[in-house]
Amino acid sequence: MKNNNSQKNQKLRNDIILAVVIVFIAAAGLLLFVLTKQEGSTVAVKIDGVVTDTYPLSENREVSIKTGENDENINILTIKDGKASISEADCPDKICVETRAVSFVGETIVCLPHKIVIEITNEKTDDQIDVAV
Amino acid sequence: MKKHIRKTAVLSILTTVALVLSYVEAILPPIWAAVPGIKIGLPNIIIIFILYKTGLKDAITVSVIRLFLVALLFGNAMTLLYSAAGAILSIALMTLCKKINLFSMVGVSIVGGVAHNLGQILVAMAIFETSQIGYYMLVLAVTGTIAGVFVGIAASIILKRFEKIKI
Ligand SMILES: [Zn+2]
Repeated sequence: MKNNNSQKNQKLRNDIILAVVIVFIAAAGLLLFVLTKQEGSTVAVKIDGVVTDTYPLSENREVSIKTGENDENINILTIKDGKASISEADCPDKICVETRAVSFVGETIVCLPHKIVIEITNEKTDDQIDVAV
Repeated sequence: MKKHIRKTAVLSILTTVALVLSYVEAILPPIWAAVPGIKIGLPNIIIIFILYKTGLKDAITVSVIRLFLVALLFGNAMTLLYSAAGAILSIALMTLCKKINLFSMVGVSIVGGVAHNLGQILVAMAIFETSQIGYYMLVLAVTGTIAGVFVGIAASIILKRFEKIKI
């Protein structure tokens, strides 16, 4: 019985070590991500892994992204105040609509059912090149 | 023969419970709107319970039936693909963790919760050919750990209640 108890305590200790190690690694990774993030200038629309469109974040606009064999799937990409979000979608899980607006490089909004990824990038748009010159 | 029928009946009931828990989780409001996809993994309570009570084979059977029913009732082929990846990785790593006998049910459940999220993210990364979703995994690792603690405690309570009942 005593042996059984000490084994129980040992396992409990291992459980706690496991949880702490996972949380620590994740926190370190997130910290790295937060420290290295930078504001993006463009938003890329990827359908099935292929970039189909890129829009500047500087102009407010609404774009209807149609996917599926007969364009039956619709996601509305909204760019407002330098941030991109999916404001409407007819996908079953609505996870893309619930995702908050993104604006930092590498941030994504994913619609798994429609195979769409919205990704913030930092491509040079025409007017930026003008400024550089 | 009689024992076999009894076991089938009990496993059917457990599958139904897991299915109801999936449904409850699907209609619950999002836990944290900033990071969608966070789930407690309520059905995992049943899967872990079966894993400890009757073994791996039954856990896989119930898990597979649940996956297909969930896809059929409130999902599609796409959601089936990534929830299946999560479930397979989760059961595989939980079985491994149980075998090495270093952790209690709570530790095993933590591994299951994190592995479930990891499996889904890996499929998403493969489908979208982007590694950028990776940081998302870091948030889900933390939430998976917290959820795993609760799921593990719940499963061990149920296992204790069923201690004297043979399946
Ligand atoms: Zn969506």
